[in-house]
Amino acid sequence: MKVAITSTGDSLESTIDQRFGRCAYFVIYDIESKAIEFIPNPNKDAEEGAGPASVQLVASRNVSKIVSGEFGMKIKSLLDSLKIQMIVLKEPEKKIREIIEMLNHLNLNNSKA
Amino acid sequence: MTPRIKIIRKVSDPPVVKGFNPYGLELGNQKLEPINLFYEEYEAIRLSDYDMLNHYQASVMMGVSRPTFTRIYASALQKIAKAFVEGRQISIEGGKVYFDSDWYHCKKCGCYFNNPEKENSVINCPLCGNQQIDKFDYENNKTDTINKACYDMCICPECGFEQEHQFGQPCSTQICQKCNSFMKRKGSKNCRNFKNQ
Ligand SMILES: [Zn+2]
Ligand SMILES: [Zn+2]
Repeated sequence: MKVAITSTGDSLESTIDQRFGRCAYFVIYDIESKAIEFIPNPNKDAEEGAGPASVQLVASRNVSKIVSGEFGMKIKSLLDSLKIQMIVLKEPEKKIREIIEMLNHLNLNNSKA
Repeated sequence: MTPRIKIIRKVSDPPVVKGFNPYGLELGNQKLEPINLFYEEYEAIRLSDYDMLNHYQASVMMGVSRPTFTRIYASALQKIAKAFVEGRQISIEGGKVYFDSDWYHCKKCGCYFNNPEKENSVINCPLCGNQQIDKFDYENNKTDTINKACYDMCICPECGFEQEHQFGQPCSTQICQKCNSFMKRKGSKNCRNFKNQ
C-alpha cells in the first residue's frame, strides 16, 4: 500500500508541508517494499488549479492515503470520490522520517495480528 | 498517462431506507421487477421536494449543471410514477454518486482522518494505530483546533459561493458575499450530532 505525504523538502529530515495543493514535494512511500520517492510538486507555484492537479498526480501513483496539514473543500470532495483516505496532521514540526516510522510501526502491528 | 479524474455527483447522505414495498397487491402482480431509483435521483427529490429548493439551487448543491439536474429529477419522477401505478417495489441504490465521508479524531497522535469506505467501520488511527478515536462531532465541538480542522462549508444556493462554516453561527443567517443571498449548509444532513462511542 502506498501513502503520499506532503513535504517541505526532499529529505527524510524535511518536515511535513502543511499545504496540500502547493506543497514543495510529495513523498510517495510504499509500506510493503519500503521504497521512498520524492516528487517535486509541479503545481507548487500554479496560479490556480494546484489542488486538482496535485490530486491527479498522487492518484496516478495509486496511493490509498495522503498525509498533509490541510485539504481544501474541493480537494476533499475529489479525494472522497476517489476513495483516497485523508489524514490531517497539524504538526508543522513533524519530520517525514517520523511519519514513515509511525506508518511502519502500524504495518508491523497489523501483520502480527 | 495519468487517469482522468471523474467528477461525480454529490449526495450528502445515504437515504434512511434501502427501498419501499407496496402492500395489498392484487394476485398475479406480486412478481414484478422492482424499480431501481439511483442515489442521485433520490437526492434530486430530496433537495427539490423535501428541502424545497428550486432546481437551480438543487443543482448547485449536487454539483451538477442545471440541465443535468433537470434530467436526473425527471427520471426520478418517472420511476416513482411507474412504481406507484404498477405497484412495484422501489429499491434505492447505485448511480454515479459519492457520499461525504465521516471524519474522526485520534486522541493519541492528534490527527484527523476520514473514512473513505463507508461500509467498513473505523477501529484504528491510520497513522499511529491507536484505538482511542472519536467520531468527529461537528456541531458540539467549539475548540479552536477542531474548528480549524473542520471542513464543513456553507454554500450559497444561488451562486455556489462557498465559505467555511463558523461554529455557532447558523448558515441560514450568513449572507453570501457575492450575491447577498442567504447561505445554506452544504450537505446539511451530514451535520447532525453524532454520539461518541
Ligand atoms: Zn493516531
Ligand atoms: Zn451567492
